[in-house]
Parts: sequence; structure tokens; C-alpha cells
Amino acid sequence: MDSIDLRLLVQLGVIGLTFFMLINASALLVLAERKFMGFMQQRYGPYLVGPHGVLQPLADILKLLFKEELRPKGADKWLFTLAPILSVTAAFAAFATVPWGAETTLFGLLDEPIKLGVADVNVGVLVVFAITSMGVYGIVLAGWSSNSKYSLMGGLRASAQMISYELSYATALAAVIMLAGSLSLREVVDAQQGTWLGFLSRWYLFVQPVGFIIYIIAGVAETNRAPFDFPEAEQELVAGYNTEYSSVRFALFPQAEYINMVTMSGVATSLYLGGWHGLLPFYTPLDPLIEANGLGWLVFLAKVGGILFTYIWVRWTVPRYRYDQLMQFGWKWLFPASVINLIVTAALMLYVLNA
Amino acid sequence: MDGWPGVVIMIALGVGFAAVMIGLSVLLGPKNPTPEKLAPYECGMPAVGDARERHSVKFYLVAMIFLLFDIEIAFLYPWAVALRDLGWPGFVQVVTFFLILAVGYVYVWRKGVLDWGPVARATRAAARREAA
Repeated sequence: MDSIDLRLLVQLGVIGLTFFMLINASALLVLAERKFMGFMQQRYGPYLVGPHGVLQPLADILKLLFKEELRPKGADKWLFTLAPILSVTAAFAAFATVPWGAETTLFGLLDEPIKLGVADVNVGVLVVFAITSMGVYGIVLAGWSSNSKYSLMGGLRASAQMISYELSYATALAAVIMLAGSLSLREVVDAQQGTWLGFLSRWYLFVQPVGFIIYIIAGVAETNRAPFDFPEAEQELVAGYNTEYSSVRFALFPQAEYINMVTMSGVATSLYLGGWHGLLPFYTPLDPLIEANGLGWLVFLAKVGGILFTYIWVRWTVPRYRYDQLMQFGWKWLFPASVINLIVTAALMLYVLNA
Repeated sequence: MDGWPGVVIMIALGVGFAAVMIGLSVLLGPKNPTPEKLAPYECGMPAVGDARERHSVKFYLVAMIFLLFDIEIAFLYPWAVALRDLGWPGFVQVVTFFLILAVGYVYVWRKGVLDWGPVARATRAAARREAA
């Protein structure tokens, strides 16, 4: 086998691995969330299936596979099935442009290094932005096609909330794009290599602290997580847009949500936390060792895990807001703040460059 | 992988995964629907009317102002990438653009489009009556 075939094979393998790991990540996150939830509420969480309950997600999905598919009378036949497919596809596709490791030759297996990640496109940030917006369609269609009042209300709330927070989220990202001068996620990550003053990692977190906070808040709202989980607020809307769903079609919605969380964390890691460069906010002797041995992807995973833990932590710490508070906060505070952040960043950058 | 094939493969894998899972559950799951199961859920009571009724105009307003501001952000991205080349003249142009948009933003705010819930509207109405 010549080297071109091997290279293609390895690249397809990387895509397959990413896909497989995203499925695993959603299952593991469900387990982790329930375990942490149990820990924070002083109980065990799942502990019966497998050692310490690690097989619980597998048991859940098997149970859901053998459940009856119900479609309420009056529901739109095709859209009702299309909605979960759209949701989960958008979630998988959004991760496609997130790079998760430096270029590597796989310990000398390949002649030329390959890039770890599904796709390396020069407008990566825009692609993530575009595809995550497609996720709104899945939720709105689910709400509308069910022909149930709770579903419709949940779908409407979800659409209004997601598009509102998309503004702040996209504007916060633009400031980082400006600093790096590139829309490619890989180039943004590589712009963060090295240290400032010899000890502080060159993370954009330190030049964009406001942007990072806006991004994280908007990210929680975009993925419909607590404290902004209005589309599925159980005390108000039963289960929101997926009230009428059962069996696997129901399971696909939470799965899309958890994969979206992974994507959000992956993008935050790439844009603000230096991706696979710099394990900790300050220089450690480990950093050159990690770079030399091509273990950057472990650093990336550790950072993504840290942000995901924060998501879960926030969910069980902060009570749910009210819907009007959410919309007013998004439009009256977060959006102006992100625009001012962007303009101040631009002015400071031009000042420093021309000085 | 370089370029777009990766994105296409990922989309195909996503559709395939979802379709296979739904197909499996259709094959494996039982099927004995009853009229009660097929009725839309309304907390155990018989459903009243149709779900697709008229609803708050607020959601349409949000969708419309979102469109305006989202297009603005689409304009921002090329500027953000080319900031170094455009320099101060580009900065002044974008700030002018923002100021024009800010007029619209203030108008929308004053009109109460961003206010949700009856309390905010009631206090605004009371303030207007007092001023008049």
C-alpha cells in the first residue's frame, strides 16, 4: 500500500474516531451528570448497572430501543420524524471543524503529518456558527409538528432564546477572530502557542476575559441548559418541545444537546483556552514535553472536560431564571456588552499595532 | 482532513446514525396504540382545541430584530479578519455603521420590544400616563 492510500485511510479513521467518541461523549456525559448530581445532592446517583453504575447509559438506550414509538394524532407524520434527525445531525456536523490535536505523524507512521480533526476549513468558526444555528430547526419542528400546546410553547421559546443569544455569542467570537486575524480554528489555536513574559500561557482568555464570560453564558443559553433551560422547563411546560416524543426519537434530543455541549466546550477551548497549547494558565515544565511527544490532544480533552464539568456544576448550583428575565438579559445586557467589547478590542488593537 | 469532505462525511454519519437508531426502534418496539395514547398530552385531561392557534406576537418581533442584527454580525466577520489591513479608516467606518444601528436599537428598546411580561409593560404605560 503506498503512502497516499495509507494517509486517506488514517484520515477516515480520524473522522470515524471523532464520530464514535462524540456518541460516547454524550453517553458518558449523561452518566457524569447524574453522578455529579447525586454527589451534589448527597445521594448515590446511578450505582446498580455495572461497577459504580457505569453501564447505566447503555441500559437506558437499550430500554428506549424496546419502547413503543408514539406519534400523537394530528402530528405531522414526516416532520415529526425529521425533527430529531435534524437535531442530532446538526450536533454531529457542528463538531466537524473543531480541531482536537496538533499535526502529528502518528509516531512516525506517516511521511507527512496529518491534522487531528474531522475537517480543516479556512472558515471554521463560521461553519460552527452556521451549523449550530441549524439545530434550532430541529427543536422548532419538533415543537410545531407534535400538535401539542406544551410542545409548541417549548419550541417557540427555544427558537426565540437561541436566536437571541446567538447574537451575543457571535459578536463575542468576532473579537477573538480579530485578535488571531483568521477564521480557521486551527490557526486561532496556533496563534496561542507560547507564553507571555515567560510564565503566562498565551491564552486569549487573558486578553478577552469579558468575551469569554459572554461566550460561556451565551453557550449555556444556546444549548438550552440550566439555568436557561426554558424550552424544557418541567414545572411550566411538562417537557417542552419533546413532550410528545417517546422511544429513540426522544433519546436523540438529549443526545443532540449533550453533543452540542461538547462542541461549545471544544470551541471555547480552541478560542479562549489555547486548544492543545499550554496545559495550565501558567507555564509548566510539562508543556514542552507534551508538545514534543504529540500529546496535545490530551490537553485539549482535559480542558473540554473542565468546561463540561462547569456546565454540570452551574446546572446544580443556580436556580432557573424567568423567561422574561432571560430575554431582557440577553438583549439589554449581553448584546450591548459584547458589541462594546468588540469595539474596545478593535480600538486597543489598532492603537497597539500603530504605536 | 483538509477541506470540506470531512464536513460532508460527518453530516452523512449523523443522518445515518439517527436513521438507523429510529429504524431499530421501529423494528424492536411494540405497537399497540390506543386513542388515549395518541391524544396530545394535556396533564391527563382530554385535549381542548387545536395546538396550532395564534400566539404572542413577541416571538415574531424577536425573529425580525434578530434578522437585522444577525446580518450586522455577518458584516462584522470580514472586518474582524481584515482589521490589520483596514486600520483606523476601517474602524471609523464600522463605528459609524454601529451608530446607525444603535439608533434602531434604541428605537426598538423604547418601543418596548425588548420588554417581556406584563409587569414591565404596565410600568411603562403608567410612566407614559404620568408624563402626559
